[in-house]
Amino acid sequence: MPKNMSKQVLKTASHQDLQTSELIATNVSYAVGEKQILNSVSVRFGVGKVSMIIGPNGSGKTTLLKALTGELTDITGEVHYGSERLTRRSAQSFARIRAVVSQQSELAFPLTVAEVVMMGRYPHFVAAPTQEDKRICTEILERMDLSTFQKRNYLTLSGGERQRVQFARALAQVANMKGAYLLLDEPTSYLDLKYQHEFLTIARERAEAGAVVAAVMHDLTLAAQYGDYCVAMNGGEIVAEGTPNAVLTSALLREVYGVNSVILSASELTYPIFATSVIHR
Amino acid sequence: MLHILRNVRFGAIYGAFAVLLVAVALLSVRSGAINLSYAQIWDFTLAALGGTTASDSLHQAVFLQIRLPRVVLSAAVGAALSVSGVLMQALFRNPIVEPGLVGTSAGAAFGAALVFVLGKSIGAAYSDALGAFALPLAAFAGAFVATVAVYRFSAVGGKVSVATMILAGVAVNAIANAGTGFMAYIARDPQARSITFWTLGTFTSADWRAATIVSATTLLCTAIALRYAKSLNALLLGESDASSLGVDVRRLNITLLVLNTVLVGTATAMVGVISFMGLVVPHLLRLLRSADNRFLIVASALLGAVLMILADTLARTLIAPAELPIGVITAFVGAPVFLWLLFRQHRGSAGKGGFYA
Repeated sequence: MPKNMSKQVLKTASHQDLQTSELIATNVSYAVGEKQILNSVSVRFGVGKVSMIIGPNGSGKTTLLKALTGELTDITGEVHYGSERLTRRSAQSFARIRAVVSQQSELAFPLTVAEVVMMGRYPHFVAAPTQEDKRICTEILERMDLSTFQKRNYLTLSGGERQRVQFARALAQVANMKGAYLLLDEPTSYLDLKYQHEFLTIARERAEAGAVVAAVMHDLTLAAQYGDYCVAMNGGEIVAEGTPNAVLTSALLREVYGVNSVILSASELTYPIFATSVIHR
Repeated sequence: MLHILRNVRFGAIYGAFAVLLVAVALLSVRSGAINLSYAQIWDFTLAALGGTTASDSLHQAVFLQIRLPRVVLSAAVGAALSVSGVLMQALFRNPIVEPGLVGTSAGAAFGAALVFVLGKSIGAAYSDALGAFALPLAAFAGAFVATVAVYRFSAVGGKVSVATMILAGVAVNAIANAGTGFMAYIARDPQARSITFWTLGTFTSADWRAATIVSATTLLCTAIALRYAKSLNALLLGESDASSLGVDVRRLNITLLVLNTVLVGTATAMVGVISFMGLVVPHLLRLLRSADNRFLIVASALLGAVLMILADTLARTLIAPAELPIGVITAFVGAPVFLWLLFRQHRGSAGKGGFYA
């Protein structure tokens, strides 16, 4: 398992210690008109763990993530970062310890890659970036193999390259934070194989350094390989949670996704492989 | 392609634009029906600073009471419209937005036309003391209502729909223009003529009062906008990414709407509707150097001032002693330049990542 790829770049310094504790949703509901999108969801994302949120399209995964970030202001129920409750006001102060990678960014202006990554440092400096901010961005660009892209116009990048830039921005936002919250919405959707592993390895490193990581995932093998915890959603509710091995069963996949599956294990692997097919009626 | 200033420092660009601004201002105060020499300008300035009257009092009056306030007003209006373009493009997250598209200018024009035509007949309310502020206030109110309407229609759930924005802009512009047209229709002749002339913009009535009001509001609004430069950049990523970067998006949106309408409302109240400035200047700067809003705000203010002084100098010298409406110059020069940019960019980036790719 590539958990310990020895890259020390993002090693956390402790000068801005904020003790991270669990990210907790309590009875969170959200409706648009008649349609109930989240139905009284309660869940805890633990410190030092990578938690994977899985489920079919439209099951409420992204909405749950948005409720957790504070982007949705009209939810019922409560979200707590440790003992502190998330409100519209506190949402801003959390920007120094919580980073989000959303599915797509709307950017329609020719910012450079370096400028977009520097935005991650915005919550940390007032007018102009400090040497420290610049150093962090340089390191992260290097780590994401984006050093040669620094001056590239973001709009000329491919989907996967954009995703790397957005991930770099999120990492820059919570760099140097011992405890941090990293919320990722389908972080690997546009990436090639190498970068899928690279992303999730970095996410693991951050978790092991004391962060809370929650990611919406579609690839179950990757979810099982890199996740410590797995939350399965369907119809706006959590239908199962626990370790990936406990949650990701054939019965659950049939119930949630409506697919047949064969779950393979190999002696040299610590995680299962999922082979799935459509159910023919 | 046009990125020729890519590696030039922001400070150096500001410096160059500032030098250009002084040069253009000097050129503009010199030329007109009476040409002044640099020596005369120097004498008049010294005399005015010393509080005395130069030997040539007619030429001094032309310089101090006509030319100078007009150049200051042109610069302030150019800066105001360009900065407003930057703010609106960030608010709508779309590079095609300008005050003319989203109803700001038309709303301001309608507000001002109301004061023009009905102002005198309200009588008591229109005392001369109040009159000075009635026009800018009415223009501001019109601009604000129109812009907020378009914004409300087009931004739903934090996302701006381009199609809805354009359609709402068309509808709001139609209402405001119809209102202005109706005012012109019921107005008596001199008022009607001034409305028509004024919908194309004019600096003929420039005086120190107008120059001071527009300069002060423009400086103030630009300074405030500069404080929000970081938030504006974050907003370009979309409301959800901006809020995850710690921006209070709702407050930022309101601030931007107010700043923008103050800038455009004040400028429009004094000189009428001037098109294309707010669109072309930020575009040009993005293509030349950077889309960083910190840079765009400062550089747009300077470049907008330079271009507006040039446009006004052309407007009053081309067919001297008569004058062209300034909006005619900015549209005749600005629109083809814009089309050319559009053409170049589009050809270079067809099918890639949009206009700026």
